[in-house]
Amino acid sequence: MQYLAKHYKKALVLTLPFLLAACGDDDTREVIVEVEVPAEVPDPVPVSYDVTVTNLTNGQPVSPPAVVLHSEGTLWEVGAVASVELERIAEQGDSADFLMLGDASGGGVGPITPGDSQTISVTINDITDANLTIAAMLGNTNDAFTGINSWSLANLEVGATYTTVSPAYDAGTEANTESAATVPGPAANGEGFSPSRDDTGFISMHPGVVSSDDGLSTSALTVEHKFDNPVIRIQITRTE
Amino acid sequence: MKRFNKISAAALLAFASQQSFAADITVEIQNLTHGLYFTPIAAVAHTADASLFEVGEAASTEIQMMAEGGSLDGIATIGTAIGADVIANPAGGLLAPTMSTSADLMTADDNVVLSVVAMILPSNDGFIGLDNWEIPTEAGTYTVFINAYDAGTEANDELRGSGEPGMAGMPVPPPLDPLLGNGGTGVAGADTNTTVHIHRGNIGDDSLTEGASDVDNAVHRWLNPVAKVTVTVR
Repeated sequence: MQYLAKHYKKALVLTLPFLLAACGDDDTREVIVEVEVPAEVPDPVPVSYDVTVTNLTNGQPVSPPAVVLHSEGTLWEVGAVASVELERIAEQGDSADFLMLGDASGGGVGPITPGDSQTISVTINDITDANLTIAAMLGNTNDAFTGINSWSLANLEVGATYTTVSPAYDAGTEANTESAATVPGPAANGEGFSPSRDDTGFISMHPGVVSSDDGLSTSALTVEHKFDNPVIRIQITRTE
Repeated sequence: MKRFNKISAAALLAFASQQSFAADITVEIQNLTHGLYFTPIAAVAHTADASLFEVGEAASTEIQMMAEGGSLDGIATIGTAIGADVIANPAGGLLAPTMSTSADLMTADDNVVLSVVAMILPSNDGFIGLDNWEIPTEAGTYTVFINAYDAGTEANDELRGSGEPGMAGMPVPPPLDPLLGNGGTGVAGADTNTTVHIHRGNIGDDSLTEGASDVDNAVHRWLNPVAKVTVTVR
């Protein structure tokens, strides 16, 4: 509105001399002066969030979290088939492809060890009602991940913080054998992402790890790697 | 003093409306688990003074029938007795892992709370439970995550067996038949807590032919919550 008023004034000033000139003549002429004023582009207004993820587990490293802002839809949800981008996070902790989804994103640096926290900043211009999706692997599992699915940030004012906790999900892309060959985390150093899928095919809640201590003889995991829900705490602060 | 009266009047009005408004709702139930099936689901709108189950109290015979064998016959009888509005078996049978089912319900004036129950399989007497959740009067979509309970009525032996109330073992319908083992020796005796309580989960084992349990420990365990109930109020 401020810009519109300014343009109108400029146009008016330019028109006046013609009107004055016209007054002196016998025949009245209507002069239409078109003034093209280039629309001023307002500077983009950055909208930024700090997302702090805290690992609540005893023995599960949380892979560098992928924090993605997007406008609509979901990047993962229970009951849906996992995208390959999500599968790469859930089986290997590799978020590079997932971070390409959406309108803006930020990735963590290095795994978050149990009890530790990591803050990831993400900025989007002009949009205050983006949806937030987070995904990160529980490293000492086959395909467990945690995060949040498409949370609306529309009501988060500058300086305000949302805090929530998240449970463990199962990508449904790799059977939960817990074997040394298939768990990529430090407990086993096995294979990470594998394009083949041999599990339910759908994202679900995770049933928890069994471990060799609790009766899965082929498991590379011990009671140290067991977890219960929730597995991470998430704090989202809008900083600007 | 005047202001106080106004507030009290508003509070009373809100209370009154909550107590006596019929609602037009949709109830959706999603199985969130990795490997459990839900038997036919009952979603019951009833008066606030009625209750299908209560943690810390012994399960009724009707809840026992549902939790041990998946039968909704007893719940239907209770529903009639308490003047409830009942959605019975919206999935038309078992609800598989991560699947959803929904149905519409017009609730009578006094039926202001919602309860949801269904047995979880494989289990001896596990069930999903929503207990007297107040149905909001404001239009909108509401989400509730619910947990798995143990009816406390049967030993969790985790062995193939019967779905009849009071008979040992787990009922095994066709989709679970090829997934469960045989020849287990039995996991546990009678529950220490014989009232309705949060289920401690399946133990299972990794053998299909021996071991303590007929349940597969890499497939049929769970962590709460196990179901998502989405209620849309129009």
